[in-house]
Amino acid sequence: MERTEAELIAAVLRGDAASFEPLVEKYSPRVFATARRYARRESEIEDIVQEVWLKAFQKLVSFRGDAPFEHWLMRLAVRTCYDFLRGHQRNRESMFSELTDPEEDWLDRFVTQPESANENADAARLLIERIMDQLSPPARLIITLLEIEDRSVKEIAQLTGWSIPLVKVRAFRARAEMRKLLAKMAKDKYL
Amino acid sequence: MVGMKLPELQKKLISAARMQTVSDRVPYAFEKRVMAYIRSCPAVDVTALWAQALWRSAGACLAVVAVLGAVSIFTPHSQPAPGDLSQDFEKTMLAALDSDYFR
Repeated sequence: MERTEAELIAAVLRGDAASFEPLVEKYSPRVFATARRYARRESEIEDIVQEVWLKAFQKLVSFRGDAPFEHWLMRLAVRTCYDFLRGHQRNRESMFSELTDPEEDWLDRFVTQPESANENADAARLLIERIMDQLSPPARLIITLLEIEDRSVKEIAQLTGWSIPLVKVRAFRARAEMRKLLAKMAKDKYL
Repeated sequence: MVGMKLPELQKKLISAARMQTVSDRVPYAFEKRVMAYIRSCPAVDVTALWAQALWRSAGACLAVVAVLGAVSIFTPHSQPAPGDLSQDFEKTMLAALDSDYFR
């Protein structure tokens, strides 16, 4: 008979490390999807996920069980991704002069006929990835959670451990930072 | 930059990011790798870490006590000057309790 999550966690806490494996198996897809929002190279993504699981194992004693294990795990995952962003701040120098031809074409189309520039185009995705790579770690985290994943301020506060006013301030700054980057990109391309 | 509407561009790029599906693919036997990694890492003994920190701080506290003791023993004691601020302050604070004050 399959053991419940609570039983598995209790077994791990009693010293049966093997009981942790079913939890890793069950939740790894979610953790991988989260990590892929913040890192591109597969080796980096695997390192992040591995780190999340190590932390989860070591801090399992702090899991009180009043909220689902998944929520607790996702908080750990988001915080680990944020640590990763902070640790990899290099290479954030603007490289808008290196836009690919499809990206340049997409931007040209946007300038001449904004409605014809399709959001579903690969070039648009490459452009937003380029912009996201150049945002500061808090800005990238906030834009991802708030704008791309469409989470509420309260949810973000819970996931990041930041206060609600801090989330709001960082969201405001993140949008401004993004607009500044877009302006720079436009300037590099058209001036 | 002429004709470039930045707020609209921002909106378009954000919706491009939203449309992008993120893969949740897990590499083959990843859970085995994670378990091997966990087993290879030394377990964190919170009690041991706490005891270690306490011993370290105890050493530092003893050093401070020894220095202060030496200073108080080897410093010549002098009478407080008549206009000593600490004496005045103490007198003011304890004025309500000092019965002589009201006589």
